[in-house]
Amino acid sequence: MPPAHGRAARRRPAATSRHAPAQVARLPSVSPYVVVAAVVLVGLLLFVAAMGARALLAPRAPTHAKLKTYESGVDPVGQGWAQTQIRYFVYAFLYVIFAVDAVYLFPWALVIRSSGLGVASLVEIGVFIGVLLVGLAHAARRGLLRWF
Amino acid sequence: MAVDLPLPRVGPAADLAPQPIKVVLNWGRRYSLWVFNFGLACCAIEFIAASMARHDFMRLGVIPFAPGPRQADLMVVSGTVTDKMAPAVRRLYDQMPEPKYVISFGACSNSGGPYWDSYSVTKGVDTVIPVDVYVPGCPPRPEALLQGILRLQEKIAAESLSTKGIRAKYAGHRLASAGELTRGLVRKPAKQDEAGGHG
Repeated sequence: MPPAHGRAARRRPAATSRHAPAQVARLPSVSPYVVVAAVVLVGLLLFVAAMGARALLAPRAPTHAKLKTYESGVDPVGQGWAQTQIRYFVYAFLYVIFAVDAVYLFPWALVIRSSGLGVASLVEIGVFIGVLLVGLAHAARRGLLRWF
Repeated sequence: MAVDLPLPRVGPAADLAPQPIKVVLNWGRRYSLWVFNFGLACCAIEFIAASMARHDFMRLGVIPFAPGPRQADLMVVSGTVTDKMAPAVRRLYDQMPEPKYVISFGACSNSGGPYWDSYSVTKGVDTVIPVDVYVPGCPPRPEALLQGILRLQEKIAAESLSTKGIRAKYAGHRLASAGELTRGLVRKPAKQDEAGGHG
């Protein structure tokens, strides 16, 4: 196996040096925009051919059940608008305090040492965490952090 | 409301297509069966076994676990169909694109199986949807499903779709809804034979 590798490695530079100049000389004669336009055109042709063949050949037997939106086998119940019990607000509140802050803190921790940031960003994050702490204090005061 | 539906038909070129085109179409259909598994009971385990490496029905062109009915060509009903499930089976069958095929896998979906006298079991899925191939067994072995798939492929190779045929096939139930399959509660028989024990 190693000898084969060695031979291939030795042969490849020779092959590229023999064939590459011809390709490099020919390619710039076509504008890249023409290539992009040709790819788009071929893509459109493929799409039209596939959809046209389907429309010409495929059987079709529409029913009301087939035209229904949902594929669960069960009829939808109720409306798109629904009311939610207000007490679930607590979960959203604690989620913002404990999870969403990480979205800002982790990227900030990665760049804190760079020279452009520095004391100003430290103060800003201090303010941000201070606001979070107010929220946490509010949650604790309302008894949301008790285990039982 | 039902009047505005177009009548079932094959594509305008399909009725006029020469025989080689039809052969090619049937060839494509029989070897690319995206299967929608209705796994309702223990037969589903055998179906899953048939889809795995040892029995491997992908070598027959059967692609398992289609994401939804609209991407499936073949429905395999494997397991006990209950009267409560029957409307869902019918709805999802209705939502499959034509041409569509059904394999009834196992005694329960063939006829109700060992639960044929239960108050809640549908007496065969063919009371709900048209079935192409029945695979017997309780549960059938994966090899039996492979044989059923081969039989279905023979059937697909021999079929010739036409507007007339497809209208005849869907004439009976085009306008029916899945809700019409629901059944009221079964009442207790008025007279019961107390002496005769259960067989």
